Amino acid sequence: MAHAHKLEILRGLIKFKSNTQKIWGVLILLSIVTAVEVILGIYKPEMLMAKVIGMKLLNWIFIILTIVKAYYITWDFMHMRDETKALRRMVVWTAVFLICYLVFILLQEGGYVESVYAREFIKRDF
Amino acid sequence: MDTTVASTGTEGKTWGGGNEPLKASYGKMMMWFFIVSDALTFSGFLAAYGFSRFKFIGSWPIADEVFTHVPFFHGNYPMIYVAFMTFILIMSSVTMVLAVDAGHHMKKNKVTWYMFLTIIGGLIFVGSQAWEWATFIKGDYGAVQTKGGNILQFGHYVDVEGKQKFKRVALADFAIAAESYRAEHEKKNGLWFVQESTLPTYTIDEVYNGLKANPDVLVRTQIINEEGEKTVLSREESLAQIKNNGKMVVEGANLHVNEYGTSLFADFFFFITGFHGFHVFSGVVINIIIFFNVILGTYERRGSYEMVEKVGLYWHFVDLVWVFVFTFFYLV
Repeated sequence: MAHAHKLEILRGLIKFKSNTQKIWGVLILLSIVTAVEVILGIYKPEMLMAKVIGMKLLNWIFIILTIVKAYYITWDFMHMRDETKALRRMVVWTAVFLICYLVFILLQEGGYVESVYAREFIKRDF
Repeated sequence: MDTTVASTGTEGKTWGGGNEPLKASYGKMMMWFFIVSDALTFSGFLAAYGFSRFKFIGSWPIADEVFTHVPFFHGNYPMIYVAFMTFILIMSSVTMVLAVDAGHHMKKNKVTWYMFLTIIGGLIFVGSQAWEWATFIKGDYGAVQTKGGNILQFGHYVDVEGKQKFKRVALADFAIAAESYRAEHEKKNGLWFVQESTLPTYTIDEVYNGLKANPDVLVRTQIINEEGEKTVLSREESLAQIKNNGKMVVEGANLHVNEYGTSLFADFFFFITGFHGFHVFSGVVINIIIFFNVILGTYERRGSYEMVEKVGLYWHFVDLVWVFVFTFFYLV
């Protein structure tokens, strides 16, 4: 059966000889990323507590690392890398657009409600 | 005379039909589109969680203080067990993709073994999640809920390497138990269909008396201060808060109350991890079905292990969702 796998990750920085080898390579990558997340989560370095665009730098790092992991799970474990461009875009762009839209709206609204509780005359705390 | 057109003269051309522009089978494509819709469902839940969290950003529970247990070990180990669970799920994703790969090479034995390992990984994960739920429901220190629904926790300052650190104290360590005549109402007494939930171990008066008798114990509120820690009240404020606002004793978490903070946190935790756990469970069931089909040689006869690939897609998706749940419930 002709199953051509693309055997390079990180834009060709790392090339694998076989698909099996690539799977183990991606596992190592995902494990390293998870380990970094857990270590940062336990120690919470003081220098990463600075606020960047409304959120702690540490939280931004967590979210970016999560997206990195999601990328490798989808691209290599789910073989998105080997699908046609059209299928890939149908799935990824649709999901990414709708999720960004929803998250933006809900977080914006949540922040607004918080500001009403914090600054205006409505109180729920007693 | 022909009244209908049977051939359009486009056969074999681009729009003549029979093309597969996506080069994927129907089943695989539909699995992908199902995954997209399921991803939107999960992101709806997580975005709702984000909404509530942003709404109560100044008083949300700190996950590191909530999930601190590891089975068979005592002590405070935040993150360790959930990191282990994440690793188990990624590992089972790896065995799944190895099964798919072995399927491409039509190696039945290898597919069987890798499917088996995937199922075991899934079962360990679901079991761990059940344990995590049980620990969360049981709780560890106990707290007092105020009339307004806020949570007041207890603790005292201890010296850790020359620094004053706030350490939590369990209700059992300071509350003074008094004789109580309040018995739990059970179904067998009185109206047969009426029942109440388990009563807390202590009453609010017993907690107050205990607080009065232990001068070092202080109350901690839900409010997060500038250092990112929960605010600790002074001794006078502590006593006044419990006396004036304390309404009920809370132990552990359920859908109504939550000793770790706002009950919304517990609601979302149960709902999102529960929905994910249900996905893992159904994934395990589907994996088992496919596993037996592999053993029976169904795919060998069919000449293709594409079914393994399709169930693999679902299994990886479950892993993908967990990566996000892990970040938003335990890390951020």
